[in-house]
Amino acid sequence: MIAIQDLCKDFGPLRAVDRISFEVKKGEVLGFLGPNGAGKSTTMKMLTGFLTPTSGRASICGHDVATAPLEAKRQLGYLPEGAPAYGDMTPAAFLDFIADIRGLAGATKAERIAKVVKQVHLEAVLHQRIETLSKGFKRRVGLAQAILHDPQVLVLDEPTDGLDPNQKHEVRTLIQEMAPGKAIVLSTHILEEVEAVCTRAIIIASGRVLFDGTPQELAARGPLDTVFRKITTSGSATNQS
Amino acid sequence: MKTTLVLLKRELNGYFATPVAYVFIFFYLIAMSLLPFYLGGFYEREQADLQPFFAFHPWLYLFLIPAISMRLWAEERKSGTIELLMTLPVSMAQTVLGKFLAAWMFAGIALVLTFPIWLTVNYLGQPDNGVIAASYIGSFLLAGGYLAVGSFLSALTKNQVIAFVLTFVVGLVLVLAGTPAVLEPLAGAVPSSVLDAVRSFSFLSQMNTITSGVIDVRALTFFGSLIGGSLLANAIVLDLKKAD
Repeated sequence: MIAIQDLCKDFGPLRAVDRISFEVKKGEVLGFLGPNGAGKSTTMKMLTGFLTPTSGRASICGHDVATAPLEAKRQLGYLPEGAPAYGDMTPAAFLDFIADIRGLAGATKAERIAKVVKQVHLEAVLHQRIETLSKGFKRRVGLAQAILHDPQVLVLDEPTDGLDPNQKHEVRTLIQEMAPGKAIVLSTHILEEVEAVCTRAIIIASGRVLFDGTPQELAARGPLDTVFRKITTSGSATNQS
Repeated sequence: MKTTLVLLKRELNGYFATPVAYVFIFFYLIAMSLLPFYLGGFYEREQADLQPFFAFHPWLYLFLIPAISMRLWAEERKSGTIELLMTLPVSMAQTVLGKFLAAWMFAGIALVLTFPIWLTVNYLGQPDNGVIAASYIGSFLLAGGYLAVGSFLSALTKNQVIAFVLTFVVGLVLVLAGTPAVLEPLAGAVPSSVLDAVRSFSFLSQMNTITSGVIDVRALTFFGSLIGGSLLANAIVLDLKKAD
C-alpha cells in the first residue's frame, strides 16, 4: 500500500536521502529508526507529498504522490514531526475542521470524532485551546487528527515523543489495534518501541538504508542499542539490504 | 468550492479567536472616524460627501492591510501547520483562495463597521449616496488588491514582522506611484505612455477615479489582475518552498 522507489533528496550539496526504496503492505507496521539527521523525517515528508523528491517516486495505495496528490492524500493519515496544530483552536474545533476537510459529515462525522477522542483520551481537554495544552496532549491531538478518517495508510513521525510511559503504552496499544487493517510507518528513537509494535524495522543513517528486517532478526544480533550503534556508525558501505 | 469555504471559515475564526481582531477593528474605526474630522476638514468644507473620509483609505491601508495579511502564511510556516495543511487532501488553489478570502472578508467587516460616518453625513445633508456606494466598493477592491499582495509576501517568510514591513514598503510604492513626487521627476525622462502606465498602477489614482463615482472596466481589470497575479505568485512560491 506504500511504495517508495529510489527516493533521493538533496538540500544544496547535501544528500539527505540517498536511493531509499521499500514497500509496506497491509497489516505491516514499519519502524523507521536512525540517528538524528539520518533522513527519517525527510523520507516521510516526501512520502506524504510535503517535500518534492529530487528523484525517485512514492505512492500511496497505487496513487503517485507527485502526479495524483489529492487521491494519495485522501488515503493518508499523517502526524508530522512535532505534531503541529492550530494553537488558537480547541481540539474540538480542530477535529471538526479536519473532518470537514476530509469530507466527513452528519452522523458519520460525529461518530468518528467521538471515537478518536475516546481512543486518544482527549475528553478532558476538548474545549481548551491547543496552545495551552501539555506536550503529551498536543501529540495526542495530532494523532487524533491523523486517524480521524480511518485512513488506509498511516505515517507517524515520532508518535510517542513527549508522552509519559503510560501514554506511550496506550499509543502503542492503539497502533497495534489499528495495524491489521492498515499499512503503518512510524519513526522513533526508542528501540524498545520497535520490538513492541513493529512487524518490521528499517534502520537508516546518512540517508541510506542500513538494515531492513524483522525486529526479531535485529534482536538476534545482540542487545538492541549495541546493534543499533554498530549499524549506524559502521559507515554507509556495509549491509545494504 | 466547499473545501475553500471550510478553509475560509477556519481562517476567519482564527482572526476572532484572539483579542487581536477586536483591538484591530477598534483602532481601525478610531482612525477611520477621526482622520476625516481632524485632518480632512470634514465639517469645514461644508459639503455633504465622504471625500475626506475615503481620501485617507489608501494611506490607512498601508498600516492596516499588512497587519491583516502578515499572519496568513508566515504563521503557518512558523508553527509548522503548513505541513499539516499541505498534506491534507486540498489543492493549492483552494488553500490560497480560502485564506485570502477570509482576510478580505475580515477587511470587509471592518469597512462595513464605518457606517456611522455614512449616517452622519446623511444626517447633516443630502450626499450623493451612489458616489458613496461606489467609493465603498472601491475601498473594498483596494483592500483586496493590497491583501493579495500581502498574502504573497507573507508566503515568502516565516517572520510576521518581515512580512509586515515588506508589505508596507510595496504598498507605499504602489500608493506613491500616482503622486507628483514620483510622476514629476519621471515626466521629462520617459514617454508619456510609460508615465500613464505608472500612474495606472497607483492605488491613489485608482481610488481617485472611483471616489468620484466611477467604477469603470479599467479599475475592475486593475484590481482583478492584481489579485489574480498576486495569488498566482503566492501559490507558486508556496509550491517551490513549502518546507523552508
